[in-house]
Amino acid sequence: MLNKFYAKLLIMAGAALVLSACGNTNDSAMDQTPAAEPAPAPAPAPTPAPAPRVDTTTQEYLNDIMGGGVEADTVHFAFDRYDVDAEARRILQAQAEWMKANQSVNVVVEGHCDERGTREYNIALGDRRANAVKNYLVAMGVGASRIRTVSYGKERPISTDHAMNRRGYTRVN
Amino acid sequence: MQMLKILIVSLIGFVSATLSAQAVIEIDITRGNVQPLPIAITSLVGSDQEMTSNGSVMEIGQQIAQVVTADLERSGLFSAIDPRAFINSANASPVPQFANWRAVGAQALVTGIAELEEDGRVRVEFRLWDVLAGSQMTGLRYYTAPRNWRRIAHLISDAIYKRLTGEDGYFDTRIVYISESGPYLDRIKRLAIMDQDGYNHKFLTDGSYMILNPRFSPTSQEITYLSFYNDTPRVYLFNIDTGKSEMLGEFEGMTFAPRFSPDGKKVIMSKAENGNSDIFAMELSTRRIQRLTSHSAIDTSPSYSPFGRYITFNSDRGGSQQIYVMDADGSNIKRISFGDGLYATPVWSPRGDLIAFTKQTGGKFYIGVMRPDGTGERILTESYFEEGPTWSPNGRVLMYYRKYPYDNNGGGGETQLWSIDLTGYNERQILTPLDGSDPAWSPLME
Repeated sequence: MLNKFYAKLLIMAGAALVLSACGNTNDSAMDQTPAAEPAPAPAPAPTPAPAPRVDTTTQEYLNDIMGGGVEADTVHFAFDRYDVDAEARRILQAQAEWMKANQSVNVVVEGHCDERGTREYNIALGDRRANAVKNYLVAMGVGASRIRTVSYGKERPISTDHAMNRRGYTRVN
Repeated sequence: MQMLKILIVSLIGFVSATLSAQAVIEIDITRGNVQPLPIAITSLVGSDQEMTSNGSVMEIGQQIAQVVTADLERSGLFSAIDPRAFINSANASPVPQFANWRAVGAQALVTGIAELEEDGRVRVEFRLWDVLAGSQMTGLRYYTAPRNWRRIAHLISDAIYKRLTGEDGYFDTRIVYISESGPYLDRIKRLAIMDQDGYNHKFLTDGSYMILNPRFSPTSQEITYLSFYNDTPRVYLFNIDTGKSEMLGEFEGMTFAPRFSPDGKKVIMSKAENGNSDIFAMELSTRRIQRLTSHSAIDTSPSYSPFGRYITFNSDRGGSQQIYVMDADGSNIKRISFGDGLYATPVWSPRGDLIAFTKQTGGKFYIGVMRPDGTGERILTESYFEEGPTWSPNGRVLMYYRKYPYDNNGGGGETQLWSIDLTGYNERQILTPLDGSDPAWSPLME
């Protein structure tokens, strides 16, 4: 949780940098040299950064929309299953609300499997999972054209814990 | 393979002390655990004064003998006699002194010569002798550019294998597979090709995008596979000679699990629509696709029977992953696997008599075979994880890949290529420069 908190602070600082850099794009689009302004204050400043600067369209923001340590960009599935269970529905409802509140955001839903299966079948199973997530988001009112699906089968594990790998991951595009 | 144009093979005349002697040696490869046949393989005799771009003709002759020895030994059917035990040194005399070969326990003997031709090609001749009968069993002559000496060696191995087993060999073949590297969180998977003995290894893609499930064309220098180029999993066709690849069709949904038809004119594959995978066949000349299955279950891993009349495939339409067989037009779907556990990756033997598969039960994975009607299931190997058998072109050997479990320190998880004889014996690792998975055997080259 602490790590996540600091990560968020850094992201907010980064977003502020991006915003200030944007003003210069017209006259120096090719210029990669940082402007000769004083460096921004170090991240752990005693006064909190101004709230309006928070970019609500980032992966990190999506990941934490539910708070409480819930990884809100990921839902999990049972072995060889692709049905969206109660916990996954709670997460997908939050994702759908977030997408409706951030109309500029498009996502890629990745379907993943554990490694205890054959490659070709898992490519198909991952596609089922990605589409199960997409269909749920669409049913909750998100435009289908904002969601692309891709299956990686069992090829992109994130853990040696098989249950962690059976997942649908909503990636901000 | 441009070399084919310059390769000439001719049968060379029999020279034999005993006229029309009955060959007494033969190998029955249908039996398991056969006693390997003791064979003496002499260096092909050549001059160290005749130089080529690949060393002297003498060296080429020695290297050919070494490659033939390695090929035949790897088959598990032969045991090569250590050349240091030979009483005769290699010489150009056409008729061996059989008594000296009997004395070292040889039942079969390989002799030959290599000579440089005026046009720069090398002429290679070999003879296979039945030592006990004192007669020649076969003899062949080849002309080729010196750089092709390794292929000549494999052709000689195939000729010896065929003469002694009665079946085509599988030495003049290649393996296309997925070369894997990097930690499990960031694994690079790229296409690579090598001779069946691991030589002439070449990477065909650079690893910037993932490739899976490659398969050889039975009729051309082409490979079909699943590529994640542009983060969009689709079936591609790749030409080995030109290095060019193209997507097969443009579809809304993912295409995957491709395999050629036996005549090379079609690619059969899975195509997904809104999460549901069915089987389609694509005519390569027109790129038209025909739907073969239509079911809400996963239908994937299709493989034609050798004459293209039937298709075996993997489906969970019965509630769990099982193997099915249908007619090539998609009719008459029948489930054939009924054992404990899950069945996957069915592949029809080039001989037609068996279907190889991956089985998953009790926390382990197995490679096995069953008849096309589902009877006669036989498990050949088992381990923590293995899958994806591919047949040698003569239907006598299966290659597959194994993956090892992760350890607690972030290590483990290696993938390796392995092969095993249909008899269940002679299991061997096929060495690759990096990790390897998804092997696919080429047909015999021509």
